Amino acid sequence: MDSMKRFAADFGLPRIIITLYLFALFLAAPFVGVNLPASISDTLIRIGMNGIMVLALVPMIQSGCGLNFGLSLGVIAGLLGATISIEMGFVGAWGFVAAILISQAFGAVFGYGYGKLLNRVKGGEMMIATYVGFSSVMIMSIAWLILPFKDPTMIWGYGGTGLRTTISVEGFWRHILDDFLVIQIGENFKFPTGAILVFAVMSFLIWVFFHLKIGTAITAVGSNPTYARASGINIDRMRIVSVMMSTMLGALGIIVFQQSFGFIQLYEGPLYMAFPAVAAILIGGAGVNKATLTNVFIGAALYQGILTMTPSIFNAVLKVDMSDVIRIIVSNGMILYALTRKTKVAK
Amino acid sequence: MSSKLRLFFIENAVVILFVVLIAFAIPVSGLPGTFLMQEILTRLGRNTFLVIALLLPIMAGMGLNFGMVLGAMAGQLGLIFITDWNIVGIPGLLLAMIISLPISVFLGWLCGSIMNLAKGREMVTGFILAFFMNGLYMMVVLYAMGSLIPIMNPELLLSRGYGIRNVIGLDGVRQSLDTLIPLKVAGLNIPVFSFLIIAAVSFFIIWFRKTKIGQDMRAAGQDRAVSGAAGIPVEQTRILAIIISTVLAGIGQIIFLQNLGTINTTSSHEQIGMFSIAALLIGGASVTKASIPNVIVGVILFHLLFLVSPMAGKNLIGSGMLGEYFRQFVSYGVIALALVLYEWKRVTQENDSRATLRGGGTPAAKEAKGGAA
Repeated sequence: MDSMKRFAADFGLPRIIITLYLFALFLAAPFVGVNLPASISDTLIRIGMNGIMVLALVPMIQSGCGLNFGLSLGVIAGLLGATISIEMGFVGAWGFVAAILISQAFGAVFGYGYGKLLNRVKGGEMMIATYVGFSSVMIMSIAWLILPFKDPTMIWGYGGTGLRTTISVEGFWRHILDDFLVIQIGENFKFPTGAILVFAVMSFLIWVFFHLKIGTAITAVGSNPTYARASGINIDRMRIVSVMMSTMLGALGIIVFQQSFGFIQLYEGPLYMAFPAVAAILIGGAGVNKATLTNVFIGAALYQGILTMTPSIFNAVLKVDMSDVIRIIVSNGMILYALTRKTKVAK
Repeated sequence: MSSKLRLFFIENAVVILFVVLIAFAIPVSGLPGTFLMQEILTRLGRNTFLVIALLLPIMAGMGLNFGMVLGAMAGQLGLIFITDWNIVGIPGLLLAMIISLPISVFLGWLCGSIMNLAKGREMVTGFILAFFMNGLYMMVVLYAMGSLIPIMNPELLLSRGYGIRNVIGLDGVRQSLDTLIPLKVAGLNIPVFSFLIIAAVSFFIIWFRKTKIGQDMRAAGQDRAVSGAAGIPVEQTRILAIIISTVLAGIGQIIFLQNLGTINTTSSHEQIGMFSIAALLIGGASVTKASIPNVIVGVILFHLLFLVSPMAGKNLIGSGMLGEYFRQFVSYGVIALALVLYEWKRVTQENDSRATLRGGGTPAAKEAKGGAA
C-alpha cells in the first residue's frame, strides 16, 4: 500500500488518470465498432510525425532553461528550410535533405541568438520564451508576405501578395519517410518505418550526446548550477549549446511533420506548435527541470494515442466530437500540474 | 538638466517609441482625424475598465495577471444568461454583473491558490491556467448548456439542440451603458456613463492602495519573507489581489461586450488578456509598477496603433494583412520586451549582490551599497 502511494506520488495522479483513460479508450474500441488496427496505425504515424518535436525539448529542460515554449523559433527555421528547398527546385529525397540542411543552418543562428537572450534572463525563461516565440511568428508572417519567393506552387496567384498560407509538398517530398520501407499488414495497418526509424536514430544520438562530456556538463548546469560553476563549467556556453540543439531539433521536427502531414503551414501556423510537444513530454513523466528519453517515448505515445482515440470513441458512443475540448483540458492541465509541483525553484 | 532629460527619456522609452511610430503611421494610413477621435473615445470607454483590472496583482508582486481571462469568462456566462432570460437595458447588465460575481470570486480564489503553489512563476502559470479554464468553459458552453443547464431560448442554441451558438447578438443591452447619459460634443459621441464607471473604479483602486490591506499587498509584493515575518498573511493577501482582479475583469468584459453588441461565445475572452496587458505596457507600465495614467495612455496609444496599422500597411505595400500582422507583432513584442527588461534587471541585481559578497563587486554594486550605508 505504501509503495503504491509512493509510486502514485512520484508518477503523479494526473499521469495515472491519463494512462487509465487511454487504456479505457483502447479497451472500449472493439465494442463500439472502432477499427483497432487502423487506430494503432494512426497513433504510430502520429508518433513518427511529432516525436522529434517532443525530443527537441529535452536539451533545454536538462540545462535548466525549462520548458521551451519558444519552440516555434525552431519551427520557423524548418519552414524557411522547406520553402527555400522548394524554391531552389529540389524534388524528392534531395529536396527533403536540402530542406533539412538549410533549416539546420537557420536553426543554429536563431538558437544562438535565442540562447544569448535567455542567458540574460535566467529564471524567467518560460514566459519570455513564449512571447519571443509569438513575436517571431508575427515578424515572419510579415516576412512571408514580402520575401521574394517566385515558385508558382508557393505564391498566391493573381490578386495576392506573398506566399500561400498552406503549401502542399505533394510532388516534392510528401510521405518520403512514412513510405520508406513501409510495412503494410492487412488493409488498415501501416507501419511508418522511415519516420519511426528517424525518430529512433535521433533519440539514440541524443542519448549518446548526453553521455559524452559535454552532455554531462549540460545536465550538471541544469541540476546544480553552483556545483557546475565550481567545477569550472562555462554555464552560459552550455546553456547556449542546449538552446541551439533544441531549436535545430525543432526545425528538423517540423520538416518530418510536414512530410507526413503533406503541407507546409506558414503565417500563424507555428504559433501554438510548442504546446502539444510540451504537454506530451510532461505526460511522459518529465518535470520542469528533468527529462529523459523514456519520458519522450511514453509521452509521445500516450499523448498521440489520446489524440487519435478520443474522437473516434466519442463519435461512436456519444455521437459528439468533444475531442478538441478534451485535448485542451488534458494538455494544459498537465502543464499546469508540472508548473505547480514543488521544485527547488519555488520557495 | 540634461541628465534629468535623459532620465525622462529612459523611463518613458516605450511610450516615446510608440508616439513616434503612431505619428509616422497616422498620415500614411490617411484616416481622417474625426474618425480617429471618435474611435478612441469609444475604445477608451470599452477597454479601460479591463486594463484597470490588471493593477492590483502587479502591486502584489504577482506580475501581469494573464489569468484575468477567467474573469472575462465569468462575465460572458452572465451575459449569456441574461440574453436567454431576455432582461434588457441597465437591469440586464446589472444582473449579468451579479451573476458573474460569485463565478469570478470562485475562479479568482482558484487562480490565486494555484499561483501560490507556483511562486516566482505566477505569470506562466496564469497563462496556462487561462488555456486550461478555457477548455472547461467550452465544455460548459458547448456541451452542458441546453442539456444540463436549461436554456429557454432555442435561438441561442446550436441546431443540434444543445450548446450555445458561436455568435450571440446582445441587442437587448447593446450600448445601454454608453448611451445612458447621451452627450455629443463637436459631432463626437461621448460615452459619459462608461467614463463615470471608469472614474469610480480608478478612485476605488487609489483608495484601496491606501487601506491597511492595500499596504499589506504592496509589502507582500516587495518582499514576501519580510512581510510574512511582520505578520502579514502573505498568501491570503495575494489571493485577494487576484480575486479583485478577476471580479473587475468580469465586469470589464461585460462593459466591453455591451459596447460591441455581440459575443463570440468561444473566442471573445481569449485575446482580452493579451490585448489588455499589451495596452498597459505600451502605456509605460512594467511588470512591477503600473498606475492609472499608464492605463489611459496605454489604451489610447495601443488602439491608435490598432486603428491605423492595417490601412498604413495597405498603403505601404498593398496588403492589409501586413498591418494586421504588425499589430499582433507589437502586442506580443511589447510583452516580450517588458518581460525581458524585468528579468534582465533582476538577474543583474542578483549577480551584483553575489559579486559584492565575494568581495570583488562591480562599481555599481559598491555604489549602491555605499548609498544604503
